[in-house]
Amino acid sequence: MEEIKITPQLVKEHGLTEEEYQRILKFLGREPSYTELGLFSVMWSEHCSYKSSRVHLKNLPIRGKRVVQGPGENAGVIDIGDNYAIAFKIESHNHPSQVEPYQGAATGVGGIIRDVFTMGARPIASLNSLRFGDLETDLTKQLLGGIVSGIAGYGNCMGIPTVGGEVCFDPSYAGNCLVNAMCVGLVKSDSIVKAIAKGEGNPIIYVGSTTGRDGIHGASLLASAEFTEESKDKRPNVQVGDPFLEKLLLEACLELIEKDLIVGMQDMGAAGLISSSSEMATRGKSGIRMNLDKVPRREPGMIPYEIMLSESQERMLVCGKKGKEEDIKKIFEKWDLKAEVIGEVTNTGRLEILDQGKIVADVPVHALTEEAPVYNRPYSEPKYIAKISENKLKVTEPKSYNKALLNVLNSPNIGSKKWVYRQYDHQVRTNSTILPEKGDAAVLRIKENGKYIALTTDGNGRYCYLNPRQGAKLAVAEAARNLACVGADALAITNCLNFGNPEKPEIMWQFKEAIEGMSDACKHFDTPVTGGNVSFYNETNGKAIFPTPVIGMLGHSDPKDFKNSDVPFCTEGFKDEGDIIILLGETKEDMGGSEYLYVHKKDWKAAPPSLDLDKELNLHNLLRESIRKGLLKSAHDCSDGGLAVALAESCLTGNQGADIQLPANKLSLAVHLFSETQSRAVVTVKYDEVEALGALAKKHNTPCTVLGKVQSHDLSISLKERGTAGRQGNVISLTLEDMQKAFNTAINL
Amino acid sequence: MKTSKKKFGIVIFPGSNCDHDCFHAVESVMGQQTVPLWHKDSDLQGADCIILPGGFSYGDYLRTGAIARFSPIMKSVEKFAKAGGPVIGICNGFQILLEAGLLPGAMLRNTCLQFRCQYVNIRVENTDTPFTNCCQPGQVLRIPIAHGEGNYFVEESQYQKINRANQVIFRYCDEFGIPTPESNPNGSLGNIAGISNKAGNVVGLMPHPERASETILSSADGKIIFESIVSYLTK
Repeated sequence: MEEIKITPQLVKEHGLTEEEYQRILKFLGREPSYTELGLFSVMWSEHCSYKSSRVHLKNLPIRGKRVVQGPGENAGVIDIGDNYAIAFKIESHNHPSQVEPYQGAATGVGGIIRDVFTMGARPIASLNSLRFGDLETDLTKQLLGGIVSGIAGYGNCMGIPTVGGEVCFDPSYAGNCLVNAMCVGLVKSDSIVKAIAKGEGNPIIYVGSTTGRDGIHGASLLASAEFTEESKDKRPNVQVGDPFLEKLLLEACLELIEKDLIVGMQDMGAAGLISSSSEMATRGKSGIRMNLDKVPRREPGMIPYEIMLSESQERMLVCGKKGKEEDIKKIFEKWDLKAEVIGEVTNTGRLEILDQGKIVADVPVHALTEEAPVYNRPYSEPKYIAKISENKLKVTEPKSYNKALLNVLNSPNIGSKKWVYRQYDHQVRTNSTILPEKGDAAVLRIKENGKYIALTTDGNGRYCYLNPRQGAKLAVAEAARNLACVGADALAITNCLNFGNPEKPEIMWQFKEAIEGMSDACKHFDTPVTGGNVSFYNETNGKAIFPTPVIGMLGHSDPKDFKNSDVPFCTEGFKDEGDIIILLGETKEDMGGSEYLYVHKKDWKAAPPSLDLDKELNLHNLLRESIRKGLLKSAHDCSDGGLAVALAESCLTGNQGADIQLPANKLSLAVHLFSETQSRAVVTVKYDEVEALGALAKKHNTPCTVLGKVQSHDLSISLKERGTAGRQGNVISLTLEDMQKAFNTAINL
Repeated sequence: MKTSKKKFGIVIFPGSNCDHDCFHAVESVMGQQTVPLWHKDSDLQGADCIILPGGFSYGDYLRTGAIARFSPIMKSVEKFAKAGGPVIGICNGFQILLEAGLLPGAMLRNTCLQFRCQYVNIRVENTDTPFTNCCQPGQVLRIPIAHGEGNYFVEESQYQKINRANQVIFRYCDEFGIPTPESNPNGSLGNIAGISNKAGNVVGLMPHPERASETILSSADGKIIFESIVSYLTK
């Protein structure tokens, strides 16, 4: 075949700037071949190189006494004792899912699962965070349906329970949905595998599925560019998933690791063979020589460019131990999979690629990876921010508080996600001790060492739009609060940072601010960042999504710290009639970005809730101590939707009612019921343990207010005395059926 | 008299994913012995009872269970079943037993056309089997399902036959034990959740008893099925 000529137009089509092209010329000392141009194009893409985010990401805290592996590997790893550790990571698959919902979401799940078992960990749980446009539109319904069944189709077949997540709706995501998938795995601390290639002469082995033409430039042209009208033509850039093959690959790879036959391993995800080989060589400070003739293919006539850039799924690159080739092949044969030696480790520091006896690429490894461009892009505060900080909201009282609460419960942001999670197998592996919507976080037992882990994903695009720094802080705080509400210690986070086009200074400002807010909160809660993913260019026709950093947080509980070690966690539902309902924390006027205003189509664009990190941590410590001492019968985070929603949810989950007497304060009634003040939780205790909880609350410097008691069937909220709200007596009276109807039909396609 | 541990052979097909859960339920919860049976082998290794676990054997890309039934191990399982050995297929295992012709009928997609993972109630219809002998007649068990194709179907004449022969072992029901349309999660004929062969030694069911064998997992109702098997084998 004739070699394709490199022209400025071709360079541009590869998403490379003139400056970047000059940089390539400098590294090579000559013009690149067509194949080499392709390699640089994907490796220097935003998706693979993090060129716009790196300078900011380095400000995140990454150290901690439990951190075994921080950012830079396929997944972060956190020690949970007894020679066991948890590997976990979250990643986006936004653009592929918008273009092809089922396969986009499925391969997103498949990719993150591979990232986890690449570390030698057995995946034990999946979570996700999904964001869509207005649920009323056909497009959103189609996307939601396709994406949920894609996640279910892949995860269920793999036998990995999808134990938690979040689903949110806002018009800002209408043209660019967010699909962030998280996977969590269990690994023995002494058998963690790194994605490394070293030791001259060690074989480079290709395992798993064959290579096809699917997904070429998925990382560069699809993930690293804005969406336009033509983006649907990028459907061929989306990969196609085969969960059955991945299940076999998982079992084979774990067997490989157990038998100690390999040096390192990396999945071929974004940018396929080129990213896996160059990154493994970089970490090993080595080189790799590969012969493409040996690469198993699913179609004839593929050129080196296509083979190197293919994003065909369910493939791994293994650096084996020399002399163990046959043992390795035998394991893959057992699982009916292909394993081919396609190259070897060298000491040249170069990536040498041969095809039909000819060298088609010869590039210094570090030029592709460590020497990728880094940009400190200009940033400036968007104009809308000033308007928001000046805006004073006028919160009007509803005609009927009953109706107002039902409206909020019926919002798809608040209402039950049962339509979604019943499609996910959330119980396989028999470790799921808190099922979806039964508690503030998923809790899994670890059979291997008798401990428990808690997991949650949290984000809030509205808060982040109003104030990115504050919004990111609030996301971390909410995640940590959710873990505290189940009684777990917060250990670490993985993050998925979904933003618009970083070449726009306003977007870069949102990003920089969010990172700083996240950093502050993570330091305060001692939850280091162990890795994650940045997803830029979430824009359609020039309009960006709300800045949306999503936090995936890992928590931990040791049953021996619990008075009742048989049940080392707490759920959110009210339990028994007569139990006393208590609000921990204090309600203030925090209506900016609130669901109440949003649902009622009122102006919500004012400052998001304030947050005092000290108070927040006090609350977490109080929750943990009182749960572990066996005082709390239920605990539920009080934030989205406000106090009325928290009460209603605990009623619905527990199939109980509540008789609430609101104390008088300076707030208007609508604010009292629907304000989204942070650092609060609704808890219950047995009637004779109110004082004990009061004493603990005092110790932890947290306000503690008795609201009422659990009763059967009805939620009744009354004002105890005439306060500034100007009324007295009953304001809300709803049966469980009323609330169920609103809550359970919020998402119903 | 000291009773020795019973040996449960748990078959692993490519794509099985509830095998670990069955090992755990039988070994850690029930205190019995297990042996993994690889689909390419044909030796049942002296197992007293065979479990075909849930999952997506061969990805279920053709028809659920359609390819797994051709595995070498299935020939031995058939022989074992014909000789009266107890065989239980759970979820995908049930689907494989149907495809293998060890149980009558076929599976259709759930009428909702979606995968369903949720707790259901099932009523024990026949306590005279190796898998239900510890149950009370009509006992209601709360056990989860997780499947996309659990809509059991047989022709009318065959349905009458299995009804008469007491081959319907479990039916989906409400919490009071009434098999209502609302309590049927997949549209299965006659609310059928599990059936047996004529001899009663081969049973398939869609709900997962291994997922409901410990109180920490929201229900321990499924344990009685394993207890029944052990009791049958100990007799």
